[in-house]
Amino acid sequence: MKKDIILAGVGGQGILTIAAILGRAALNRNWHLKQAEVHGMSQRGGDVQSHLRLSDSEIHSDLITMGQADMILSVEPMEALRYLPYLAPDGWLIANKTPFKNITNYPDIEGIYAEIRKHPNHVLIDADAIAREVKSARGMNIVMLGAAATHLGFSAEELGTAIHQSFIRKGEAIVEANMRALEAGLNAQ
Amino acid sequence: MEKMMLLGDEALAQGALDAGISGFYGYPGTPSTEIIEYVQRSKQAIEGKVHRVWSSNEKTAMESAIGMSYAGKRAMVTMKHVGLNVAADPFMNSAFTGANGGLIVTVADDPSMHSSQNEQDSRFYGKFAMIPILEPSNQQECYDMAFHAFEISEKYHVPVLIRLTTRLSHSRAGVQRREPGSQNPMKKPEDPFQFMLLPAIARKKYKNLIQKQDDFVRESAESPFNQASFDAPDRSVGIIATGLAYNYLREVYGDKPIPHPVIKICQYPLPQKAIHQLYESCDKLLILEEGMPVVEEMLKGLSWGGTKPICGRLDGSIPRDGELNPNKVARALGLPAEEGKPIPEIVSPRPPALCVGCPHADSFLALNEAMKDFDRGHVFSDIGCYTLGFMPPYNAINSCVDMGASITMAKGAADAGLYPAVAVIGDSTFTHSGITGLLDCVYEKSNVVIVILDNSTTAMTGGQEYTSFGRLEEICIGLGVPREHIRVFIPLKRNWDEMVQIYKEELAYEGVSVIIPRRECVQTLMKKNKDLMEKQA
Repeated sequence: MKKDIILAGVGGQGILTIAAILGRAALNRNWHLKQAEVHGMSQRGGDVQSHLRLSDSEIHSDLITMGQADMILSVEPMEALRYLPYLAPDGWLIANKTPFKNITNYPDIEGIYAEIRKHPNHVLIDADAIAREVKSARGMNIVMLGAAATHLGFSAEELGTAIHQSFIRKGEAIVEANMRALEAGLNAQ
Repeated sequence: MEKMMLLGDEALAQGALDAGISGFYGYPGTPSTEIIEYVQRSKQAIEGKVHRVWSSNEKTAMESAIGMSYAGKRAMVTMKHVGLNVAADPFMNSAFTGANGGLIVTVADDPSMHSSQNEQDSRFYGKFAMIPILEPSNQQECYDMAFHAFEISEKYHVPVLIRLTTRLSHSRAGVQRREPGSQNPMKKPEDPFQFMLLPAIARKKYKNLIQKQDDFVRESAESPFNQASFDAPDRSVGIIATGLAYNYLREVYGDKPIPHPVIKICQYPLPQKAIHQLYESCDKLLILEEGMPVVEEMLKGLSWGGTKPICGRLDGSIPRDGELNPNKVARALGLPAEEGKPIPEIVSPRPPALCVGCPHADSFLALNEAMKDFDRGHVFSDIGCYTLGFMPPYNAINSCVDMGASITMAKGAADAGLYPAVAVIGDSTFTHSGITGLLDCVYEKSNVVIVILDNSTTAMTGGQEYTSFGRLEEICIGLGVPREHIRVFIPLKRNWDEMVQIYKEELAYEGVSVIIPRRECVQTLMKKNKDLMEKQA
């Protein structure tokens, strides 16, 4: 069993938090993990991605081979499309609807949605709105994780445990807000 | 011992701590920064009083590490690849003095220039200095190589270069720890000539270094990090894979064994005997290496009188520049390398940009206003977040070459008659390499305006401390800049008129002016506030 996931977004949107929680869930299964991150200049509002590889057997490359990713999980709609060359033909494209507009030539958002919908296996949800609804203001990325969960083969319980482990040092209130976001994401897909 | 999830950078730091290191020295630079950041957070380092304060630049860091080695303790200096250019003088000479306590020089290269101005390959420097090089292929090797490097360094009294690359530095995986060892006791060099490079002594040192080369080759041949397997059936090609490239090679064959003879190289100088055997037993060689064609060029020079092809980056089997990935390796081996769908045309590039609320943005806009009557091409800049001032909507700067070059390029252009000549440099970069350039300007009373953007941190690499914090005016006065031409303002929209006025006045002054726009980086400010809120919660 292996899962190759491209996490995508804009610097500062919290994709490394998603990676950390999935990583913990994988470690709880005693799986192998490799996670290549982007640090440095791109973190200043540029496009960022993380290659997250989870497997029950040894992982060699830190980078995912093009055309073989099981999933692109993007917290921003246009960024979901930037990494299409990595996605396997039957892979899942999971994207947030809320654009992050820090460039002047941001394309027509309906055109972006149309491109995402062309992909047979896609999930397109407004994770920002869902996070607000469940009063988890900063939980957009966790909503996205919830929306991706079943396509990754991780149960709600496994992810809940990993969220608890990841956030408990920040207090119960933060854990609960993230749990609400996870559940909302699970129901949203 | 427990298993830890660590970045390559962190694994190396933890390995060095467990190997009994006494001091880390370095200047922040992507992708090397996380080594010392990890040590600064490490309880083990704090309790062991391991040195972990940032240095002013890579040269001062390298020299301090040599000094700690002189005192018999284990030391590591860390930097990004271009930092080794700054530290090249002490680095090259440290090969002659050799080490007393174990000395590791860790350099993180950035192929594909994710966050750099070139993609130079530090293995050239290691070869140039004639010292052993270690190039880990995974996070576990990062950890283990810290032990191995210190052992070789102390066994042969030689500094050892550890070469990392971006994808390993910034990739996380599980690492198995060993029992930590203790630090070396203080022990000055037994040989009073060891660190004395007077010409007559240096000549002996060079002969001595040459004599050690056979030992280094033998160490490579016996290294646990180099592996040769000649049993594979398909001898149409023999493969040499160095460092990370070995992972990509294994990746393209998945669960299947590699059908060709392979030598994995993670320790240099090259294990020549094994490579010769590979050359003799295969029809051609394919060299897979992350970075420049270092090994490929060496082998083309050797080729043992034969005419078999040696393939790699030089003949186009692998693209000449840019980092490797599994697809490039698959193509070089003639295997199908699929790609997914192309990027739809609707997708726009999203280059990095100054943050919302960044003080540099206000400083640039006011500078543009003050200079609107001049044509373009008068503003020299430097390495840092503010290099993004080149991009729209600012279009405020015209150069970015190396750390400190803004000031000295402005001086040279002013010497040539360019007016105005403006330098824009960050506070940390000024500290790193700007001070001596400013002294040149003061000495010749050059007609330059030096803008030191003071956001009170080393922002680009994530907010590290720097050594002249809070003392910029004092330093400029000490260098001889006239007090009345050291001007400070707070870069905020509401100070617009004052900012523009100060720029204009100093542009009009014939001589050296220093303008210091001072406001804290919004990233470090947000982080401080967040930490505070979490503490209160």
